[in-house]
Amino acid sequence: MKTITVDPITRLEGHGKINIFLDDDGNVQKAIFQVPELRGFEAFAIGRPAEDMPQITSRICGVCPTAHHMAATKALDDLFKVTPPPAAKAIRELVNCAFMTEDHALHFYFLGGPDFVLGPSAPPEQRNILGVVGVVGKEIAGQVIDIRRRLRDLMALCAGKPIHPVFGLPGGVAKAIPESERTQIQQLGRDTVKFAQFSLDLFRKIVLGNKDLLELVTGDIYYNETNYMGLVDADNRLNLYDGDVRVVDPAGKERLKFKPQDYAKHIAEHVEEWTYVKFPYLRDVGWRGFVDGPDSGLYRVAPLARLNVADGMATPLAQAEYERLYETFGGKPVHHTLANHWARLIELLYAAERITELADLPELTSPDIRNLDFGIPSEGVGIVEAPRGTLIHHYKSDERGVLTGCNLIVATVGNSAAICMSIDRAAKKLIKNGNVNEGLLNMVEMAFRAYDPCLSCATHALPGEMPLAVEIIDSKGVIVQRLERR
Amino acid sequence: MIKQKPKVAFYWCASCGGCEETVVDLNAAILDVADAVDIVLWPVALDFKYHHIEALKDGDIAVSFINGAIRTNEQAHISKLLRQKSGLVVAFGSCAHTGGIPGLANLTSREEIFRTSFHESPTVVNASGTVPQEDSLADGMPVRLPAFWEEVHTLDQWIDVDYYIPGCPPPPALVLSAVTAILEGKLPEKGSVLAPAKALCDTCPRRKTKSENTKITKIHRPHEIIADPEICFLEQGIICCGPATRSGCGEVCINGNMPCTGCFGPPPGVIDQGAKLISAISSLFNAKTKEEAMEMARQVVDPAGTFHRYTVPSSLLGCRIHKKAAMPADGRMDREAA
Ligand code: SF4
Ligand code: SF4
Ligand code: SF4
Repeated sequence: MKTITVDPITRLEGHGKINIFLDDDGNVQKAIFQVPELRGFEAFAIGRPAEDMPQITSRICGVCPTAHHMAATKALDDLFKVTPPPAAKAIRELVNCAFMTEDHALHFYFLGGPDFVLGPSAPPEQRNILGVVGVVGKEIAGQVIDIRRRLRDLMALCAGKPIHPVFGLPGGVAKAIPESERTQIQQLGRDTVKFAQFSLDLFRKIVLGNKDLLELVTGDIYYNETNYMGLVDADNRLNLYDGDVRVVDPAGKERLKFKPQDYAKHIAEHVEEWTYVKFPYLRDVGWRGFVDGPDSGLYRVAPLARLNVADGMATPLAQAEYERLYETFGGKPVHHTLANHWARLIELLYAAERITELADLPELTSPDIRNLDFGIPSEGVGIVEAPRGTLIHHYKSDERGVLTGCNLIVATVGNSAAICMSIDRAAKKLIKNGNVNEGLLNMVEMAFRAYDPCLSCATHALPGEMPLAVEIIDSKGVIVQRLERR
Repeated sequence: MIKQKPKVAFYWCASCGGCEETVVDLNAAILDVADAVDIVLWPVALDFKYHHIEALKDGDIAVSFINGAIRTNEQAHISKLLRQKSGLVVAFGSCAHTGGIPGLANLTSREEIFRTSFHESPTVVNASGTVPQEDSLADGMPVRLPAFWEEVHTLDQWIDVDYYIPGCPPPPALVLSAVTAILEGKLPEKGSVLAPAKALCDTCPRRKTKSENTKITKIHRPHEIIADPEICFLEQGIICCGPATRSGCGEVCINGNMPCTGCFGPPPGVIDQGAKLISAISSLFNAKTKEEAMEMARQVVDPAGTFHRYTVPSSLLGCRIHKKAAMPADGRMDREAA
C-alpha cells in the first residue's frame, strides 16, 4: 500500500493535511483531511468574564476575526438579555458587510480565482495572484487592493482594529459613527457594488464562457449531495447577520428551521481519533459516517449552502444573479462544490448592496448605541454567517457573567466532514493506477479550496512560491516518489 | 553578476492567521517588500519531512519571521530547524513574543481541554469516549497527528530569538518599519523589541485627562457603563492596561473607545506585565484599610486573564519549562528534565 501525503495543502487558512491512501493497484482506497491542531478556546474561556469573549474568541481566526467577534457579541446580547438599539445593530451589520465583501474578494482574486483564471493545470508558478494580474490586467489588481483597503479602513473606523475588532459589547457597540462619515460610506457602498458586478462579469467571462471550466464546475468530480444550513430572515431570504437557522435536505426541501438557542437540539458532533477537528451532523439523522446522498446526516455551510437554503436574496441585483445561477444548473439545490465560487460572488454583491442600504439609514449615525438594561446573565447563543459558513457561539455563565461553559461550532468545522468527502471523491476520480501529477493534485486541492481556505494565499501574492510536497510512501514508510511544487 | 536578494521565511506555529493577514494589509507596500527580498517560505506551513528547509544551508535564510505560540512537537521542531537555517529569527506577534491569547490555555490543562472539547460539549455525542491520538487508524490506515502538549510556550522558550515584533497582530506600519530596519541593517541590540520604548499611556490621546492622583472607588466592567470617549479609562474606573503596555499600536483600541488589553506586551524594563499592572492599578484604589483594598481587588473578576491576557506563558505565573529546554530528537517534551 502506498500513502500520498499532500502537506502542506496551500491557499488554505490554518493548518491542514491531506492523506491519500492507494491500494496495491495504485487506485485510491481513501483520502482523508486532517486538522493537526487544537487550541482549546472552549476550555480556557471558562472563568473569563463574558464581555471579554468577543475579543478573546476573535483570536480563534485572524482571517475571520470579525465573524467571531460578531457571533460572540450576539451571544452576549442573549446572555445578558438585552436588545441593542437600532444604531448599534446597523453599525454591527455594516462592519459585518464590509468584512464579508473584502474577505470574499480576497478569496476570489487571491485564493480560489487562480485555479479558474489560469486554469486548474496551469503551471504552479503562474497559478497565483500575479498570474491573475497577468490575465486581468494591473489596473484591476490595483482596484482589488484599493477597495480592500477602503473596506478595511471602514472597519477600523467602526471597530477599532480591522483584525481583532474591539467594538462589540452586550447591548451595543463601543463607538458611534459620526454623521460626517456618511457620504464617504455611501460612496464606498456604491463603489463596492460596482466592484462586485465587475467581479461577477469576470467570472462569467472566464468560467462560464469556457467549456472546460464550465464542465469542471457542473461535472461530477466536485459533487456531493448533502443537507445545507444557513441563516434566513423572516421571508426565508439569505441573511448574513441575523435570523433563524434553516436546513434543507439533499432534495432542497426544508428539513428544519430553528432559533439559534435551539441549535444543540438539532446539531450533534462526532469525534474521530485521527484528527483534532470534530464532525457535526444533524441529530435527527444520526452519525452515519462520511456518506452523502438522500440518507446523509451531514450538512454543508458557506456561500453555496446559504443560497441553497434561502428562497432568494433580499437585494435586487443579487436576486437577479441568484436566479441566473439556478437557471444555469437547472434548479435547486446545487450540489456542485465548485459553484461555491460563484455563490461567493453573489454574496459579495448582496453584502455590497447592503452597505449602500445601511449607509442611508438615518439611525446609522445616532449616538444612541448602547442599552444598559441587562437581565441576570445565564446563557446565550449567537449565530452569524461567517464567510465560510454558519458560526455558532454558545456561552453559559454565573450570575456575575463569568463563564461556566462555552461551546463553539466554527464555520469550517461545519464543513469538515464534507471536505473529507469532497477530497475523497475528487482523489478517486482523478488518480488512477498510481498515476499522479501536479495538475491532478491541484485538482484534488480544488475540492477543499472551494470551501474557502484562506490565508496561505498570501503565498500566492508573491512570485513563484507555493510550497507543496507530495510524497508517495510505501507501507514500510520508504519514500518511493516525491513531487514538489515550488 | 546579479546580487542575491536576501532570503526571507514566514512560518506560523499555533497562530490564528491574523499575523499573516496583517502582512496582506501592507497593501501596495507588499509589492516593494517582495521586490527587495526572496521569499523562500511563506507560509512555510507544515511539511512533515521539512525537506524544503532542510535542503537549505545553515544560515542561508537572512531572516525568519515566526508567528504563533508553540504547542505541538511539530511547531517546536520546525522552529528549531528555522533557527538553524536563519541568520536572524524574529518572533512576530504577541503569541510568539509572550504567548498571546492562546497562552491563556496555560490557565487550564490539556486534560481539561480534551474533556471540554471531546466529552462535555453539549453537541458532542461520544459514547465510546474517542479522543484524538497521535497514532491511530483511519479506516485501517495508519495516520499521525502532532503531539498536543500540556502547555503553550513562547518562541524564545524553545529557540534563541534575535528580535521581537509585538502586537496582536502587529500593525502593518510597524511591520514595515521593522522589515525596513532589518533590510537596511539598522538594527538595535539583539533581543530588542522592534517598537517604541514608551508606555502606551505616554502616547495615549487621553493622557491629559489622566491625573497624577486618581483614586477609584469602583471598578466597572467595560459593558457596565457608557465610557466617555475623551476621558482616561482608568479615571472612569475601567481597567486599562496602558500603564504597563508598550506603545506603537496607534492606540487603536482607545480610539475605538475601548480600553487597552495589553497586546503589545510590557514596556522596556518591565519583566512581568501583569504584576506591573496589578501594582499600577491597586495603587489607584481608594482604600484606607487592607479590608477595603481587598474589597476593591475582588471587583476584578478575572485577574489572571485581565492582567496577563497575552503573557501567561512568559509570565511569572506561566509555564513551567525553562528557557530553551533540551528537546529530544523527536521533539517530544521531556517533562521531568524540564
Ligand atoms: S499574535 Fe494575535 S494575530 Fe498573531 S497569531 Fe497570535 S492571536 Fe493571531
Ligand atoms: S490608562 Fe488607558 S486611557 Fe488612560 S492614559 Fe493610559 S492608555 Fe490612555
Ligand atoms: S490599545 Fe492595547 S490592546 Fe489595543 S492594540 Fe494597542 S496595545 Fe494592543
